[in-house]
Amino acid sequence: MTAGIVPVSPRGFLHDRKRLAVHVVVTVVVGAVLLWIPQYYPKFRIEGQFNVILTYAIAALGLNLLTGYNGQISVGHGAFFGAGAYTTAILVADHGWPHFATLGVAAVIAFALGVLVGLPALRIKGLYLALVTLALATVFPLVITRFSSVTGGTQGKRVPRFRAPAWTGLADDQWKYYVLLAFAVVSFVLVRNLIKSRVGRALIATRDNETAAEVLGVNLSVYKVVTFGVSAMLAGIAGSLSVFNDPFVNAEKYNLSLSITLLVAVVIGGAATIFGPAFGAFFVVMIPEWLPKKYPQLSPVLFGGSLIVLMILAPGGFLGLVRQVTAWLKHKLRRTPATRPRAGPDEAVAST
Amino acid sequence: MDLFFDRLVVGLEQGAVYGSVALALVLIYRATGLVNFAQGELALFSTFLTWQFWDWGLPIALAIVLSMAISFVGGAVIERVIIRPVGDVEHNALAIVIVTVGLLLALNAVVGWIWGTQGRRFPKIFTANTFDIGNVSISYQAVGILAVLAVEVVLLYILFQRTKLGLAMRSVASNSESSQLVGIRVGRMLMFGWGLAASVGALAGALYASQLAVLDTNIFIQLLVYAFAAATLGGFDSPVGAVVGGLIVGIVTVMAGGYIGWIGEDLKLTAAFALILAVLLIRPQGLFGKVRVSRV
Repeated sequence: MTAGIVPVSPRGFLHDRKRLAVHVVVTVVVGAVLLWIPQYYPKFRIEGQFNVILTYAIAALGLNLLTGYNGQISVGHGAFFGAGAYTTAILVADHGWPHFATLGVAAVIAFALGVLVGLPALRIKGLYLALVTLALATVFPLVITRFSSVTGGTQGKRVPRFRAPAWTGLADDQWKYYVLLAFAVVSFVLVRNLIKSRVGRALIATRDNETAAEVLGVNLSVYKVVTFGVSAMLAGIAGSLSVFNDPFVNAEKYNLSLSITLLVAVVIGGAATIFGPAFGAFFVVMIPEWLPKKYPQLSPVLFGGSLIVLMILAPGGFLGLVRQVTAWLKHKLRRTPATRPRAGPDEAVAST
Repeated sequence: MDLFFDRLVVGLEQGAVYGSVALALVLIYRATGLVNFAQGELALFSTFLTWQFWDWGLPIALAIVLSMAISFVGGAVIERVIIRPVGDVEHNALAIVIVTVGLLLALNAVVGWIWGTQGRRFPKIFTANTFDIGNVSISYQAVGILAVLAVEVVLLYILFQRTKLGLAMRSVASNSESSQLVGIRVGRMLMFGWGLAASVGALAGALYASQLAVLDTNIFIQLLVYAFAAATLGGFDSPVGAVVGGLIVGIVTVMAGGYIGWIGEDLKLTAAFALILAVLLIRPQGLFGKVRVSRV
């Protein structure tokens, strides 16, 4: 890590060690909870909710790389997710491949599709790109339906189940959960390292000021197209993994709503934050569960409405809100006389 | 050859509707610089209103006018309450996309909640009769829809070029800060622009539903993509472009569906998508749009 990205704490080494301790404790607790989930919850919750959250989290992670860090808005990642899902479904169901072997193929296909869409994206900015990707999301189910001899179309396609090997001693749903969790953790760690590296700084610089980034030597075209590819690849891997969990695909599953759901996950979690997509994925799956079941028509109304309210009140999403609140709390605590630190030069100026 | 002319007429008829919705998109884009993803679902809501008035026994023309009036107020209120607090597009593109997408979801769900998701029979606005020119039969509906579009364009032209209100709206679109300094109420103008777009969308929605003879909650998202194609082709800041773009998109998609076997009726929307991509790659400003030069 360089000083430019993470400023050295003014209170020195001791403070950094405290931070490290907090990080270790949080990681251990969160890790324990994540590992414990499939031991506690029933099968339908694991397959219907937690595993879905994990796949959405991976896809949203990819989308966040593109939209949050690189500033290219995509309302079409459901199509890449679907491409990954269909790759796995067709290879497993019709060609007898083992599930794991299809992941690489799904990743390559999604990456190639992402680059294909990313190339015109070089000339299209902001809202126009959103518009093109929205059209992509709308077209995808139609293409799947049109080529139903291969894809199964609206009737759908059943895929052989993904079973737990005997040596694990786990039920199928638990095994699926741990596999998905492993992929999610690896993806998040890799993306985090990418963002904290030279590449990540180039992505952010491109988002904030293209001209300046180019002058500083960032190859805009390569960075933007490859980011699109990698982002689509993560969505494709997530789609492929979603077939591990739910062995049925049909055209309606990968429609515009899925694309919107993924984008919403990025935004309500907190765009351009590492773990925002994970929180966002959790919220987009769980909020509809929490809404009153009595009026099923009402829940999408509330969902759309709450999005609007959220964007107006907390444009930084969940993690943005958390940061605001902690900053406010710190500010308040520092104000109280008991913990008031020695006045720095800034405060001295302010008081005169 | 007769088949070709038949398809040309159908293409123009469908294209006129795409052009109308594109016109609504362009009105909002020119006023505020944002692409309204909820335009299709706004039209959906208005069209269900129209259907409701007709179902209560009003003549269809009156139902449309009433719905346009209500949509005008609705559009203005949405601008004031939902869009304006988000801030300007330049710095908040993602927030604007999310808000209009949220509006899309919410409106679609509200319509489903009020009127249910099953399809409704929508009345023909024009008679179903046809007349012949040579061997080509032309429906009165096609002529009627094109005529409505022509009248709409002329009225909008008069509004923007010949009235003080139109002048004020153009002024806000071109430079909102200076407009404010000379005493134009910028907020009012933005609300007016959104109201106008919602009305135009209401009319387009009624024409669309009348063409399809059915109305349900799923069909307007496709209309939105066709309208995107039309507006992109014509240039997002050009009303004339929107109409011409709409007609071209109508013709191209009908021809592609008719003559290219594997596209057929199912993949017509894909042809529109390909058109969007091609335009943005070859001529991003569209046929009639202005090139934007950014200064560093």
